[in-house]
Amino acid sequence: MKMSGGQIVCECLIKEGVDLVFGILGGAILPLYDVLPQYPQIHHVLVRHEQGAAHAADGYARATGKVGVCFATSGPGATNLVTGIANANLDSVPVVAITGQVARPFIGKDAFQEVDITGITLPITKHNYLVTDAGSIARTIKEAFFLARTGRPGPVLVDIPRDVFIEEAEFHYPTKVNLPGYKPVLHGHPAQIKKAVKLINEAQRPLIIAGRGVIISGAYDQFRYLAETAQVPVVTTLLGIGCFPESHVLSYGMVGMHGMAYANMAVNNADLIIAIGMRFDDRATAKVAGFAPSAKIIHIDIDPAEIGKNVRVDVPIVGDVKEVLDELNRTIAKTEHVDWITQMDAWRREHPVTVVKDGGGLIPQFVIRQIYEVTKGETLVVTGVGQHQMWAAQHYWYDRPNSFISSGGLGTMGFGLPASLGVKMGRPGETVWCIDGDGSFQMTLHELATVVQEKAAIKIAIIDNGYLGMPRQWQELLYAKRYVASRLIGPDFVKLAEAYGIPALRVTRREEVTAAIERAMAEPGPFLIDFMVEPEENVYPMVPPGAALTEVLEEPKPLAKALADSGRLPNV
Amino acid sequence: MPATKHTLVALVENKPGVLNRVASLFRRRGFNIESIAVGPCETPQLSRMTIVVDGATTMVEQVRKQLDKVIDVVRVSDITDEEIVARELALLKVKATSATRSEIIQIVDIFRANIVDVANDSVTVEVTGDEDKINSLTNLLRGFGIKEVARTGRIAMLRGGPGPIVPEAPANGRGRREPEREAPG
Repeated sequence: MKMSGGQIVCECLIKEGVDLVFGILGGAILPLYDVLPQYPQIHHVLVRHEQGAAHAADGYARATGKVGVCFATSGPGATNLVTGIANANLDSVPVVAITGQVARPFIGKDAFQEVDITGITLPITKHNYLVTDAGSIARTIKEAFFLARTGRPGPVLVDIPRDVFIEEAEFHYPTKVNLPGYKPVLHGHPAQIKKAVKLINEAQRPLIIAGRGVIISGAYDQFRYLAETAQVPVVTTLLGIGCFPESHVLSYGMVGMHGMAYANMAVNNADLIIAIGMRFDDRATAKVAGFAPSAKIIHIDIDPAEIGKNVRVDVPIVGDVKEVLDELNRTIAKTEHVDWITQMDAWRREHPVTVVKDGGGLIPQFVIRQIYEVTKGETLVVTGVGQHQMWAAQHYWYDRPNSFISSGGLGTMGFGLPASLGVKMGRPGETVWCIDGDGSFQMTLHELATVVQEKAAIKIAIIDNGYLGMPRQWQELLYAKRYVASRLIGPDFVKLAEAYGIPALRVTRREEVTAAIERAMAEPGPFLIDFMVEPEENVYPMVPPGAALTEVLEEPKPLAKALADSGRLPNV
Repeated sequence: MPATKHTLVALVENKPGVLNRVASLFRRRGFNIESIAVGPCETPQLSRMTIVVDGATTMVEQVRKQLDKVIDVVRVSDITDEEIVARELALLKVKATSATRSEIIQIVDIFRANIVDVANDSVTVEVTGDEDKINSLTNLLRGFGIKEVARTGRIAMLRGGPGPIVPEAPANGRGRREPEREAPG
């Protein structure tokens, strides 16, 4: 049967199991929107800015493991997606973006609302397409979904000219894709597995550094089996949070720039690093030259290009984390590392970063901890980017799989609110807390309208310090307190929320925190709390930019002293 | 002495924008490319790229892996250490007068190069060979005055063998890469 290009797009989405799309319409994509009512199984969420559509699709994909979908029109609609696409790309999130393009005769003529979006997104997508006839829409969308969700996931953009949406063609959804240049390796090489097992069995001070690859692969059980059987302590990257219960006796928190001091010490002292589904980002490794100086490194990742990219690797294993761990676990020996674990426990006692001080003003760490206490940890936490994100990573214990959703690689301020919407719509049965900073929140707060429109019961906690806090912290510590452009005059967030129809509270004292969180939880719909916290609280521990993980600084005084002692000049 | 210049051969899908994807990758990752030559190959839907990379300034293994990640790139291999035939073609337009023309022709003959065009004040020389040969001839002709140079960049192929640029993966379902060959660091 012949159908219009727009109808073919919808048929394809249904074949791919898509029931939710985030987007904004416009001239070039109108023919697609025109046929949407014929497909009531696809719920379209009208966002207020296309960046929100991309982040919502991203959040949805992270929370569900399914492909998130967003629509945008040509020109500014498409360019507004760019930040969200780059964000999904750096964090390996499966998103399919469908953009309208000007009609074929106008392409290349600098027509109204024309941009070369396939050119623009080339370096920030896993792959992209410009569809030139309605007859190739089905094959293209099939490939787009296949590429987005398989191998190392990532965003795929499909650009479709206006007249191609209108053109008619026969619809046949292909059952197979033909991509001769795309063959992700899933199974680890047996010889490499053997070498890795030998190293693990012989190690005295082994350490696992786990990343989001464990979550993407759904390898929770395999991962836990390996850690418990070989008695290997576990630390995670920021995005690895939620791959292993943080209250587990073998869990030692997050590594990196704002990681736990004892986690970083473990990296420095390990004789074997088992890196699983992570990519040695500079925020996790700090100065590469000083990284894990006495360790051999096993690196398990599905992307061969990640092997040896940033850090030397002794045993690379290319493959899907779940498959590789299954293969490893078959021959791994039951081991104990009593001395090593005793040592790590001692470091943890000596460097108690997750203790929230009693008394004093309202500090962000206390707020985060209270959210954990009141919700009993049974919530999905979504964050923006900045200080609040680090506090949320440090002071809440994530025991449930995939319960921390955050922008890691790109560090996109404004991710929090739209991503929360996608998370909530993907997992409506869950409590979703959006922990955001006042700066990050203001970058996409217009999506409050979408939250209300979709009746998405998101609980929003604004860690409001009146600063762009992370750059302010750097200015304080590295630029002699020259606070250039980091002071932020915010609106009255309570009135703002109320203007959108969202009930809200302001909290200024510690005693009010618990009641406010309970009030938010009691509200059936969305709720916002503006936590007016100490403005100049800093995130510790901190590894200063350019330093090695060994140079972890835990409190303001030692940091200032260490900087003075080393005569270090800020170089970032 | 290990060669610093590496020859990579890539078979890519013959689709619009593929060269752009490859070129964009080099730019974005800061890879230094000495030359790139693109043309059709024995399979109609594929094109063949020969890329020369300076191993002293660029991590060749990263280039190979990043290229392999491009969806439209079907296969890439570094054939530097293999037995290969490598050639480049150059056109050199050299200033020539009636006094110098015969000397130029003699030099061209020694290099088994050809004169492909003659004008009042110049001759155009076509030379095929490896970079050293082309560089030597260029140097010799420089004394006469070189008006214009066009070079294709290297193209290369394995000597003998089954034909494709790299052997297919061992048929054990373990993929086409040999992880043991991953260079550490």
